[in-house]
Amino acid sequence: MARTHITTVINGDEVDFLTEDSTSLLNALRDEVGLTGAKEGCGTGDCGSCSILLDERVTCSCLVFAPEANGANILTVEGLTDAGELHPLQQCFLEGAALQCGICTPGFLIAAKALLDKNPDPTETEIRYALAGNLCRCTGYDKIVRAVQEAALQMREQ
Amino acid sequence: MALTEENPGYKWVGTRPIRPDGLDKVTGKAQFGADLTLPGMLFGKVVRSPHAHARILSIDTSAAESMLGVKAVITGSDFPDLAANGAHASDIDVANNAIARDKVLYEGHVVAAVAATTRELAEAAAKAVEVSYEILPHVLTVDEAMADNAPLLHENMITKGVDPAPDQPSNVASRIVHERGDLEQGFGEADVVIEREFTTKPVHQGYIEPHAAVADANNDGRANIWCSSQGHFAMRAYTATVLGVSQGTLKVTAAEIGGGFGGKTVIYLEPLAVRLSQRSGRPVKLVMDRDEVFRATGPTSGTRIKVKMGISNGGELTAAEVWMAFEAGAYAGSPVGAAGMTVIAAYDIPHFLVEGYDVVCNKPRVAAYRAPGAPMAAFAVESVLDELARSIDMDPIEVRLANAAVEGTQASYGPKFPRIGFVETLEAIKEHPNYTAELGPNQGRGVAAGFWFNAGMNSSATVHVNENGTATVVTGSPDIGGSRQSMALMAAEELGIPYESIKPVVADTETVGFNDVTGGSRVTLATGAAVVDACRLVIEDLRARAAKTWDVEIDQVEWVDGQAQHVDGSQPPLSLNALAAKSGRTGGPISANASLNARGVGAGFSTQLCDVEVDPETGVTRVVRYLTAQDAGRAISPDYVEGQMQGGVVQGIGWGLNEEYIHDENGAMENPSFLDYRMPVASDLPMIECSIVEVPNPAHPYGVRGVGEVGIVPPMAALANAIKDATGVRLTDLPMTPIKVLEALNEQSD
Amino acid sequence: MKYAAPSSVEEATSLLSSSPSAQVFAGATDVVPQIRGGRQAPEVLVDLKKIDQLVALTSDDKKWTVGAATPTVDLTENPGFSQEFPGISEAAGLIGSDQIQSRSSLGGNLCNGSPAADSVPAMMVNGTRALIAGPKGNRLVDVSEVVTGPGQTCLDSDEFIVEFEIDRAPSLTGDAYLRMIPRTEMDIAVVGAGARVTLGEDGTITAAALALGAVAPTVVRVTAAEEALIGTTADEDTLAVVAAAASEVCNPIDDKRGTIGYREQVAGVLAKRAVLIAMERAQQRNGNV
Repeated sequence: MARTHITTVINGDEVDFLTEDSTSLLNALRDEVGLTGAKEGCGTGDCGSCSILLDERVTCSCLVFAPEANGANILTVEGLTDAGELHPLQQCFLEGAALQCGICTPGFLIAAKALLDKNPDPTETEIRYALAGNLCRCTGYDKIVRAVQEAALQMREQ
Repeated sequence: MALTEENPGYKWVGTRPIRPDGLDKVTGKAQFGADLTLPGMLFGKVVRSPHAHARILSIDTSAAESMLGVKAVITGSDFPDLAANGAHASDIDVANNAIARDKVLYEGHVVAAVAATTRELAEAAAKAVEVSYEILPHVLTVDEAMADNAPLLHENMITKGVDPAPDQPSNVASRIVHERGDLEQGFGEADVVIEREFTTKPVHQGYIEPHAAVADANNDGRANIWCSSQGHFAMRAYTATVLGVSQGTLKVTAAEIGGGFGGKTVIYLEPLAVRLSQRSGRPVKLVMDRDEVFRATGPTSGTRIKVKMGISNGGELTAAEVWMAFEAGAYAGSPVGAAGMTVIAAYDIPHFLVEGYDVVCNKPRVAAYRAPGAPMAAFAVESVLDELARSIDMDPIEVRLANAAVEGTQASYGPKFPRIGFVETLEAIKEHPNYTAELGPNQGRGVAAGFWFNAGMNSSATVHVNENGTATVVTGSPDIGGSRQSMALMAAEELGIPYESIKPVVADTETVGFNDVTGGSRVTLATGAAVVDACRLVIEDLRARAAKTWDVEIDQVEWVDGQAQHVDGSQPPLSLNALAAKSGRTGGPISANASLNARGVGAGFSTQLCDVEVDPETGVTRVVRYLTAQDAGRAISPDYVEGQMQGGVVQGIGWGLNEEYIHDENGAMENPSFLDYRMPVASDLPMIECSIVEVPNPAHPYGVRGVGEVGIVPPMAALANAIKDATGVRLTDLPMTPIKVLEALNEQSD
Repeated sequence: MKYAAPSSVEEATSLLSSSPSAQVFAGATDVVPQIRGGRQAPEVLVDLKKIDQLVALTSDDKKWTVGAATPTVDLTENPGFSQEFPGISEAAGLIGSDQIQSRSSLGGNLCNGSPAADSVPAMMVNGTRALIAGPKGNRLVDVSEVVTGPGQTCLDSDEFIVEFEIDRAPSLTGDAYLRMIPRTEMDIAVVGAGARVTLGEDGTITAAALALGAVAPTVVRVTAAEEALIGTTADEDTLAVVAAAASEVCNPIDDKRGTIGYREQVAGVLAKRAVLIAMERAQQRNGNV
């Protein structure tokens, strides 16, 4: 079966991979590129665990056909750290105990980054609505919301 | 300062450091069930029944097998027939639930599985397996299943717990009873008697990670399994049973687990993955889709519960009569037993009768879900208690205080309570500003309480002191929400070395002694006790080595702040570092194992306060304020105690307001997606305020009780009581959707 | 399944004409779940997002033009559009999560054919037209005529929507969209209501439009309510007529998301509320923004 050759930039590096056209970008990232940080929780865009930034926009990678990523710029959770330095969101999630099992964490971090990129000083309500596409079953969201508030504060002060 | 219960003088226990596994989980490195890839690995796919109840007439796998790239196809006949081998009934049920043999008992029941070189091929091959069914009539609820002449799931099911035993089979697997006193007398002494009937729907644990397993079988009959579960020792045992092999042939490694809440204490994919790997000679990965998770794994029971309770005008409960029927799904084993034990356990009631039925029906086999059985029971009793308090015009906290179980109360299920903290949780709510906060228009306030036993069971731990004075703490309890941190905190406290010097590890089934599942709120208590025991053995060894070094008796050596000290200070102290560095000269490596069956389990209580706002024109209920007070015994890791409290509450809010299994007339689930199975999202909720109550469990070295479960017990009743307060209508059927609220409001205004 | 990304309307049209089992998509937020659920299995997936005309948002004196595949986030984040058509903007902002709105489009939301599509009532009350391209040329169709039944549209298999046209809103005009869902986000509307009113200088309504979603096989207009509103200030008595007319026009089903009785009752509630919000906005808006 002929597979399609895709060229992308992922987390700042040029990456090539081969894929079936019907394969989701999520599965291509996980199976072909070896980046398993984005998770499949539902495969239908309802849980946000597979969130990535696709050309700077927060997207469920399970809803993207892998060939659509040709020429695109992708950020996954693995790309959030900068030369080993944690992103303030990552640090605040750690310090604020904003994760329990951790399966949803990569998606939340990406969605929260997308929010703070657009809105550096969100209200609690804005945070809650911006993260409504990310399901967490462990935390009740409390500590996640607080961690995003804290990260936003730190990033504004920087 | 004197060291007291409130101020035990701990250095690490009760602090909030960063969890040991946190970095991997915020950087995407942590390996969950579906993240492992092995060289040459195949992708598997399961074939499931589209029918709720049917006899399998034939399975034709030839088309699937002939597809290029398909390496194995298996059906029920590829597994030993445990019934024919005279196995225990519960093992037969486990095996038949893993893959059907003669009959399918619910939509989603496994009938076959395939392995192929790609996902796409595996999916195509699964579609090519042809199964021929004779569709049988089905029953979906306890009402249908208990009706006269109901179609039977199991032709040989004779109700247990009934004397004399029935002579006809039925869908009722068992009956349980708890009784005390004289009901007639009890209701006679009441000034008010209220009787209500409640129904609840099956709800799913809703973990975000679908079940996943990778198996790699060797030619010699051994196999390695990597899977996401709440207990890899249990996965080993169940998988061995289904495969008909010795447990020793299987090695199970726990992947990071993406949520479980009880639903990952049972097997689904593991034996299938092993068999596919054996048949294909290659590693096989099986991962469920979300709709498979909903259709075929662990919801908890739908129920019908009747509660009748009496109270005196002074606020004393005089009698309670409870009748409960719980859906078990396809095989016996609903949590009605625990429901019967917990339903009135929080209160001291002189006369009661609790009767429960475990009823099979054509839905997926229920699995444990956070305090299994207790939440639905509490929804009923705590709602009736609210009505009783209203009827005698008594404050809902006061009525609970007047009847609360305390130390010495004979629990409704048998034993006398040791020191418990129910009253303290009630007081914590009463004293909180939320209890008297002003309510806006269309808002109402509800109180409810909950009880859970917590559990002990078997745990093992090994503690290794490394040459540099750090320690590795090895357990076999999968870390589902921060238990590595609580293990490390207790080990740091015991050994007297920094938390950062402890590396907690969850080891595979061949590397550490046996551990029961992570469940029952038992890990911090039981595995924690094993860690403490192992640390104490290490300390004894360290003291012995110091004694040897100083040439004194061991009783001359104390272990203080991470160093050996001579009791009279005649020797310069020897730090753990120093002793570790010299271990080769004092007897070799320093290490200790501890295994135990934990006793002295401390019961947990939670009282919760909920404010809602109900839109009178649409029936939509929004939670505007929420407070939970829970007795943790001792919060080893307050961050993750709060996390358990908040998580439990929010699952309960979902259960109370929106979550439910919806089936069509053919018994197929209509909402197997996160779109239509509506779990709470961030914007649905306010902050969940926590009040950690600490009434230490006297039987645990750190006073731990266990915190994972009781938090989900009160929310449904707290919501129902708040809706009643806001609107005047009493809802008795979960979930309390806008549709039901509006219907009730319409009826009220008619 | 093969993926194709034509770069022009012509290329897309000829691709569709030559591939009988092709499925066009923009964000694929409906298409992927449908394929996964086995509800469709196209041979060719035609990605419309690489055609510039389909991903564009422009305005001139007469109208706004919205490319059919434009991500809805482009609408909600466009201040000019959002101030002129807050109803369309808020409807677009209700289609799923932020993740979904990076991909979802008005074209996809309409052509999916769901009676519960959030953007459709809002587009309808604003008189939106769809420019449909096909091998026989282009045609301009009122949005209200595109969907013919659940999952069905008036488009031939080789046609697709290129863009939407919305006439500039006159002064003293306001629109609104409200929906009822059990949660606060991530749900399909159980009832949706779009409203638009234009006021005369005296503050009375001179033009009104009201459309309901999820209460009938397709989105429906409530003409009786529209007529009742003309010449009024949407006073309480008129709103009671509006609510009754809204309930009356419903022809819903009982399903997993709602009951007939609930939908009828809440349709009236949301109709009333949407009209009130539109009124308020109309009062605040003088002239084109």
